[in-house]
Amino acid sequence: MAAPLLELKDVCKSFGATDVLTGISVQVNPGEVLCLLGDNGAGKSTLIKILSGVHQPTSGTIQAGGEPVAFRSPRDASARGIATVHQFGGTFPLMSIGRSFFVGAEPTKWRGPFRRFDRKYAGGIAVKEMQSLGITRVTDGDRLVGGLSGGERQALAIARAVYFGAKLLILDEPTAALGVKEAAHVLRIIMQARQKGIAVVLVTHHVTHAMTVGDHFAVLIRGALAADFRKGERSREEITDLMAGGEAMAELEAEIEAFTTTEAKAGQL
Amino acid sequence: MAVQLAEPTQPKARLGSPSGASVSELARRPETGALIGTLSVFVFFAIFGGGQFLSAGGAASWLNVAAELGIIAIPVGLLMIAGELDLSVGSVLASSSMTVAIISGHWGAPVIVGIVAALALGLVVGFLNGLLVTRTNVPSFIVTLATLFGLSGLTLGLSRVVTGTTSVALKPGSPAKEVLGTLVGGKFEVAIFWWIAVVLAVGWLLHISPYGNWVFAVGGDKESARATGIPVQGVKIGLFMGSAFGAALVGVIQSILYNSAQVANGQSFVFNSIIAVVIGGVLLTGGYGSVVGIVLGTLTFAIVSQGIYYTGWNSDWAALILGVLILAAVLMNNTFRRMALSHAPRTKRKA
Repeated sequence: MAAPLLELKDVCKSFGATDVLTGISVQVNPGEVLCLLGDNGAGKSTLIKILSGVHQPTSGTIQAGGEPVAFRSPRDASARGIATVHQFGGTFPLMSIGRSFFVGAEPTKWRGPFRRFDRKYAGGIAVKEMQSLGITRVTDGDRLVGGLSGGERQALAIARAVYFGAKLLILDEPTAALGVKEAAHVLRIIMQARQKGIAVVLVTHHVTHAMTVGDHFAVLIRGALAADFRKGERSREEITDLMAGGEAMAELEAEIEAFTTTEAKAGQL
Repeated sequence: MAVQLAEPTQPKARLGSPSGASVSELARRPETGALIGTLSVFVFFAIFGGGQFLSAGGAASWLNVAAELGIIAIPVGLLMIAGELDLSVGSVLASSSMTVAIISGHWGAPVIVGIVAALALGLVVGFLNGLLVTRTNVPSFIVTLATLFGLSGLTLGLSRVVTGTTSVALKPGSPAKEVLGTLVGGKFEVAIFWWIAVVLAVGWLLHISPYGNWVFAVGGDKESARATGIPVQGVKIGLFMGSAFGAALVGVIQSILYNSAQVANGQSFVFNSIIAVVIGGVLLTGGYGSVVGIVLGTLTFAIVSQGIYYTGWNSDWAALILGVLILAAVLMNNTFRRMALSHAPRTKRKA
C-alpha cells in the first residue's frame, strides 16, 4: 500500500506546563473515514488544530505522502489539500452563497483596472456544487448563507473544500447541532466525499454517527490514544465505554439503574 | 434562476453577461430600510419646510453637510463592514486642517505642501490605528478613542507651541481653492464632487472588485477569513488608513473653504459618521452593509439636521428627531436583514 496521506508519529502538544496531547500516532488514508472520538476535553480539537496547521506539535513528526512536513499556518495545510469545516460550517451568515463559496479565491471577469468580481459565475458554481451533493433546495447563489439550514451550511462548506481540491477533509462535530434527518444528510455527503477518494477525519462524540460512516476509529482519553481500531473490531458499548473513560460510564449506569428501581418500588406502594 | 446551472464548469471561465438587479431583490438588500428613511424625511421636510427647503439653496444646505459627512462616513462604513470602529476621525480632521493651515498659512509654504502633509498625516494616523488594533487585539473602539483624545491634545498643544493660538488663517492660492474649497454657483460646495468620487471609488472596491469580498469576509468571521488565506491584518490596516484619509481630506477641504483652521474642528463627525453608517443599514458588528446604504444614511442625517431650519421650529428639536430616527432605522434595518436571511421563496415576489 502507498504511503498514507497524512501520518502523525508520536505527536505531543503542551501549552505551558499542561500536556494536552501525548504520544499520538495516527494515519489518514485516501478514501477512508477516520473517526476521532473522545469526551469533551480529551484533546480532539487540539489534534485537529495540529492537522490543520493552527497549532504546531511540541514534539513528534507529521508526514504527508511519506515525506515530513511542518505546517506553520492553516495556509500551509491547505496548500497540502487539508481543509477544515467547523461545526457551523465556518461560513459567513450575512454573505451570499456565491460570495462565501469563493472567499479568498474570488473569480473575476475582465482585465486590468476593470477586473471585477464575477457574481453570476460564483453563484452558479456554488449552487451547482451544492446540488451535486444532493442539496436541491438551493437554487439561487445570491441568497444569504444565514438563510440555509445547518445541514445545508455544512454541505456548502464541504462542497467548497472539495471544489478547491481538498484531499483531506477535517469535519469538526458536523452533526452536533443538527436534527436527525439533517445529520443523516451530512453523513451521506461524507460517504460521497469518501467515494471520491477524499480522506475524511470526522470528529464527533456521537457513536452511532461514527459507526455509520467510519472505517477507522481513534479514541482519545485525556490527551492519549486509548484505542485505535478498524470498523467492526469493537462493539458500540465498548466504544461508548472507551469514550467516557471506561469504568466511569459503568458506575454511572449502575447509579441510574438504582434510581429507576427505587422509582419502580415507590410506584408499587 | 435555473439559468445559472447551465453555465460552464471550468473554473475561472469568463462569462460576459451583465448582472441585472431585479425588483425581487430589493427587499433583501441592505439599503432598503435606508431608502425608506431618506424618502420619508425628505417628504416630511418638503411638507413642513415648504418651498424654501425645496429651492436650490435648501438643497445646497443639506447637500453640503452630506458631502463633508459622506467623505468620512463612506470609509468609516467600509471599516464597520469589516467589523471595526473608527472614532478618531474627529481629531484626524482637526489635526489635518491645522497642519495645512500652519504649513501653508503660518509658515507660508506652497499650499500643495500643506495639503500633502495633511493627507499624509491622516494616512499615518490610520496606519497606527490599524497596527495597534491588529497587533494588540484591543477593541478598535478603545484604540481609536485613545487616538481621538491623544491626537486632539497633540493638535492643541503643538498649535499653541508653534503659533501661540488655536486658530490659524490660510490664504489658499488659485488651483487649490477651486479644486477643494469653492462654492459652485455660489451655493454648492465643491466637496460634493469629491464625495461622489469617494462613493464611486469605494462602491467599486466593495461591490465590484474582488477585494470587496475580503472586506465582507473579515467582518463576517475573522477566523474563517484568515483560514481561507485572506491577509486579515493587512485588510484592516488599509481600511483604517482609508477612514483617516477621508477625515484628513475633509480637514483640508474645510481649511481651504473657510480660509482658516481651528483646533476644535470636526469633533461632531465622530458620532455623525457612525449615525449615517448605521442608518444606512450597515451592521455595527460587521459583515453586512452597502455603499448605497451609507450614502442614503448620510443624506437622511443631512436632511434632518438642515431641514429643521426650514420648518420655522426651534432647531433644538433636530437632535430629538435624529435620536428617534436612529432607533427606527436600526429596527427597520434589522427587519429587512431578517427578511434577507429568511427562506428565499418568502421574500421573492417574482416566480
